[in-house]
Amino acid sequence: MDFTTFLIQILNSLQYGLLLFLVASGLTLVFGIMGIINLAHGSFYMIGAYLAFALTSLTGNLMLSIALGIPLAFVFGALLEWLLFAHLYKRDHLEQVLLTYGLILIFEELRSLAVGDDVHGVDIPALFSASIPLSDTLSYPVYRILISAVCLLLAAGLWWLMQRTKLGMMIRAGSHDRDMVQALGIDINLLYRTVFALGVVLAALAGMLAAPISSVYPGMGSSVLIISFVIVVIGGIGSVWGALVAALLIGFADTFGKVLLPDLAGLAVYVLMAVVLLWRPEGIFKKG
Amino acid sequence: MQKQQQNKAARMVVALAGLSLATLLPLGAHAAEKIKVGLMLPYTGTYAALGTAITNGFKQYVAEQGGTLAGREVEYFVVDDESDPAKATENANKLVKRDEVDVLVGTVHSGVALAMAKVARDTKTLMIIPNAGADELTGPLCAPNIFRSSFSNWQPGYAMGKVAAEKGHKTAVTLTWKYAAGEEATNGFAKAFEAGGGKVVKQLTLPFPNVEFQALLTEIASLKPEAVYVFFAGGGAVKFVKDYDAAGLKKSIPLYSSGFLTDGTLEAMGGAGEGLLTALHYADGLEVPKDKAFRTAYAMTYKMQPDVYAVQGYDAAQMLKSGLDAVKGGKLDQAAIIKAIGSATVDSPRGAFTLSSAHNPIQDIYLRKAEGKDNKLVGVAVKKLADPARGCRM
Repeated sequence: MDFTTFLIQILNSLQYGLLLFLVASGLTLVFGIMGIINLAHGSFYMIGAYLAFALTSLTGNLMLSIALGIPLAFVFGALLEWLLFAHLYKRDHLEQVLLTYGLILIFEELRSLAVGDDVHGVDIPALFSASIPLSDTLSYPVYRILISAVCLLLAAGLWWLMQRTKLGMMIRAGSHDRDMVQALGIDINLLYRTVFALGVVLAALAGMLAAPISSVYPGMGSSVLIISFVIVVIGGIGSVWGALVAALLIGFADTFGKVLLPDLAGLAVYVLMAVVLLWRPEGIFKKG
Repeated sequence: MQKQQQNKAARMVVALAGLSLATLLPLGAHAAEKIKVGLMLPYTGTYAALGTAITNGFKQYVAEQGGTLAGREVEYFVVDDESDPAKATENANKLVKRDEVDVLVGTVHSGVALAMAKVARDTKTLMIIPNAGADELTGPLCAPNIFRSSFSNWQPGYAMGKVAAEKGHKTAVTLTWKYAAGEEATNGFAKAFEAGGGKVVKQLTLPFPNVEFQALLTEIASLKPEAVYVFFAGGGAVKFVKDYDAAGLKKSIPLYSSGFLTDGTLEAMGGAGEGLLTALHYADGLEVPKDKAFRTAYAMTYKMQPDVYAVQGYDAAQMLKSGLDAVKGGKLDQAAIIKAIGSATVDSPRGAFTLSSAHNPIQDIYLRKAEGKDNKLVGVAVKKLADPARGCRM
């Protein structure tokens, strides 16, 4: 592997890892901090991608569609929390698994009814459709740089929100002792509703950004869901910082695994998980 | 007044005569045992269009024979297999045990076809596979009562490998999803390409139905092979061809594939598919008289253009007829039917073909070039290509 190839594969790894982080960060909030095993989290990613497809068909512009899609996803997430998830905080994990698994089936059926089972493509916005040539045969697409940049910004923003703001402090406190936080006069229900909706937005945004590069297809949520749980577990449950590191590790393992060990494509991620968990059973960063 | 009554009576006689004639006609057909055909195909989900095309093709042939096969009335039993291997055994058993069909026709998805073939073997039911290309079906899992009217995954792959070697390419990289169909096709390609003096420098795979090709395209660009062979279909094919073009590779490294890459997907690819070379047992613009008649009749009946799947359905019905011809309205003697199908020459729209001893078509594989929405015939990649049927003993 020559240097330019190596460089591009690093960029590919970063881009894939950062996109995974975006999905997993939402799961970190909902599963890691709020304590809900949400199997439907991958569906939010799928819904985001289909939303991007539908809105782009209407508006003809992916960037505008994303701008419209974010508030839609937020409202959807808040409604879903109010209707269903709000009743789950005090239930045990089995009941959470049952309900959220049911949601996966419902979302897939609804998707099938609404847009059918075809695979759809979304065009990369013309503004970002160019590639930067790095050698005579190798070039790197501008759109992927954009994805990496957006994800990095969101990672920084999320870290700031959790560690440096009063809201973040309340969220972290709430995860340790709901009743105490409530007793301090904080509307914990509203707080959790907001955090849950934020998690939905993060997953949906990842789906919207990924739509042009991964295409939009049935069942796309389930593969991402498994990887997201792997990330949350090896990062250390509840740690945003850990999720970022774990997502990047997985981006590297998957990209270089595909290329260096093509026969084991798809396995590299699980080997990585096994190694990390043998080394640190609670994940790289423990819940802080 | 009397005249009016006479008139009425005369008309009654005519009507009665007509009625008795009408009842007599089917009686004639009843003389031969009916043939019960179990169609187990996908009618919902991703492959619904394929299942429908196969059914249309099958019924078109029966219609051309006046609604019967070898003088036998055809009774259909239809099951939607949903392309779900988990439901395959139950669905096939339902057709065989409850409906007591004489022949199973199905299916598109290889995993479902493998389960069907097991039921067919266990119950000794005649089976005709109108699409699924899994090599095993006419390889290790072959059986006297199982026939295929389509292809084996190995066939178009092998043909394309031969073409790539003949074009003078010395090195190639293959890429597909890590699943049986893809591996069978890329192995076929590698076999012929290396026999022709080329070298496959790397066989890349990614998990099905993953369509994030970026890392692998980077790898291909850095390996700089003289040719690339891929096996993709449907939405993944569209995505791959677009990405290959966007990465600037289409200009520098020729891309080859089995025909499924560009069959029914060219429109969605936009310009990215233009000029791609693929190999398949069917093409647009074949100079086969049978094909012209078939296409015209199909377009008239179904108000759409036929495709390779419709051809495979049509030929499944032809194969069944040649079997039934052997027992000329008599008892459905399976041994005689099997012998007759096995030695038949099928007058297919793709060009006439015969069946190998493993019951897979020995057929011409065409080289096609994507032009607009068509996969135009360029030439014959390999004449009368037989699948090697490794592992078949019968």
